[in-house]
Amino acid sequence: MNGNGQRIIAAFVAVLALAAPWVVYPVFLMTALCFALFACAFNLLLGYAGLMSFGHAMFFGMAGYFFGYVVKTLDLAPELGLLAGVLGAAGLGLVTGALAIRRQGIYFAMITLAFAQMVYFFCVQAPFTGGEDGLQGIVRKPLLGGLIPTENDRVLYYVVLAIFLFGFGAIYRFIHSPFGQVLKAIRDNEQRAVSLGYEADRYKLLAFVLSAALAGLAGATKAMVLQFATLTDVSAATSGEVVLMALVGGLGTITGPVVGAFIIVTMQNYLAGAGEFVLVIQGAIFVVIVMAFRKGLVGELTDWWRRRSVPRAGPAE
Amino acid sequence: MAQVALGLVNGAFYAMLSLGLAVIFGMLNVINFTHGAQFMMGAFAAWLLLGLLDVPFWASLVLAPLIVGLFGVIIERLLLKRIYHLDHLYGFLLTFGMALIIEGLFQWKWGSSGAPYPAPITGATDLGFMVMPNYRLFVVVAALVVCLATWYGIERTRLGAYLRAATENPTLVRAFGINVPRLITLTYGLGVALAALAGVLAAPIQQVSALMGTNLVLVVFAVVVIGGMGSIMGSIVTGFGLGLIEGLTKVYYPPASNTVIFVVMALVLLVKPAGLFGQAK
Repeated sequence: MNGNGQRIIAAFVAVLALAAPWVVYPVFLMTALCFALFACAFNLLLGYAGLMSFGHAMFFGMAGYFFGYVVKTLDLAPELGLLAGVLGAAGLGLVTGALAIRRQGIYFAMITLAFAQMVYFFCVQAPFTGGEDGLQGIVRKPLLGGLIPTENDRVLYYVVLAIFLFGFGAIYRFIHSPFGQVLKAIRDNEQRAVSLGYEADRYKLLAFVLSAALAGLAGATKAMVLQFATLTDVSAATSGEVVLMALVGGLGTITGPVVGAFIIVTMQNYLAGAGEFVLVIQGAIFVVIVMAFRKGLVGELTDWWRRRSVPRAGPAE
Repeated sequence: MAQVALGLVNGAFYAMLSLGLAVIFGMLNVINFTHGAQFMMGAFAAWLLLGLLDVPFWASLVLAPLIVGLFGVIIERLLLKRIYHLDHLYGFLLTFGMALIIEGLFQWKWGSSGAPYPAPITGATDLGFMVMPNYRLFVVVAALVVCLATWYGIERTRLGAYLRAATENPTLVRAFGINVPRLITLTYGLGVALAALAGVLAAPIQQVSALMGTNLVLVVFAVVVIGGMGSIMGSIVTGFGLGLIEGLTKVYYPPASNTVIFVVMALVLLVKPAGLFGQAK
């Protein structure tokens, strides 16, 4: 895709994002943005560090609980709640990540999954999570010491959009920094990266903690928007969903997870009445993508675009 | 003491399931996320055989694993065999998707509340140090027998030797004229049948429900990480051992009984990252 085309698409998306809350239900948009950030955080780890975490819901869900605890139980400002969510998730990421990166490949996925299940059981029993009921009725308080009222959904939408752009921009910076290059080198050939003097484990752990922190930002923001934190957000089902979002959009593409998140959240919105069939459909999407479209929507589209434009531009490079 | 006995019964299931996972992973290089769903299908097969055709438990013990194993063979032929050349990740995702489909369909057809399956053996035996229901005693013994038979089959027979050789070097074994793809299909069928057998054995103890395998498979993953998938005997010992630890935790500190296996996993990762019986690769 050439620079001009990209700029046009970017401008179009920007206008769309700004106008959206006047056309579409804002709470739906905010939920989708939270999941989009969550999926981007997951994709940072899998797409660029080659680490498949199947337990990312523990960061997303726990951050929601941290937010709720700080804002509702301790009655502090929502900014502190978001901070608590991010730091709490990062801390959890540091502990679980340090253990999980001791194994590679598919074991890594199983270990993260197991830790997430442990966190889930912990949340069922811990006193501050509200158990089966979750934390309900977290009141939306104004941000920045009263400057930004958040009871209005449209106002809050722009706050959430800003949070999302902050997270997305951070991920973009990570990927295009020297740190991101080293990560990719480790993903592609760990032994060679180690032989060049890079401490692969430290890079992996840092990527894991960053990804956990951003997933935490997404989870805390979601708790702020929906005003509750529940067990669903720490469950294995949510861990699976974020994998699905990244997969549908395209692993290792920067915009793929955003597209995937919007598709899956929209689908769940329309199929809310279908009950168990949502699971069946999600499973079917997994199977179809793994069998036929492993690059995901954005990946396949980019490929198609490249193939289309190559004959006209002559052999590239 | 009853909790310890219960732990041993859970251990029997962990052992059978992690054994199946290990056998499948060794041959197919796929972590079979569908294992929990296939465990559930085994229990359901027995329950349906009893309810619709009046097939007794003892016949189901053979029939249900055969049916579910056949289902596994079909899945392997249709889907799994096309992704062996890809990263492990895709097998994991594919089988995860299949687990969602299967569990969703069963939940849709039969709901998520459980149905009881009558215990085929009643009464209890006094073992001196504890009183154990006869059926649970039977489960532990049956699981031990099945596990040891699987171990014998793989480590001591000619077919098992082919299997181990094909795990090491499939191309060479093929050059000797052995049909490796068929061996792979059979292995998957066997692993799935093991899961289904565990499901049949579990039916009279737990409620037969669409989600009975969902959490179990996650615990079994932890068991597999602890034991390492390199050794058959390792899977068996780890499975029973962790069941016991879980049972003991229920006695001494009940709130941690759900999480103790994951804590053990964290400790093992700290001390011996390759797993108790695994070799570092």
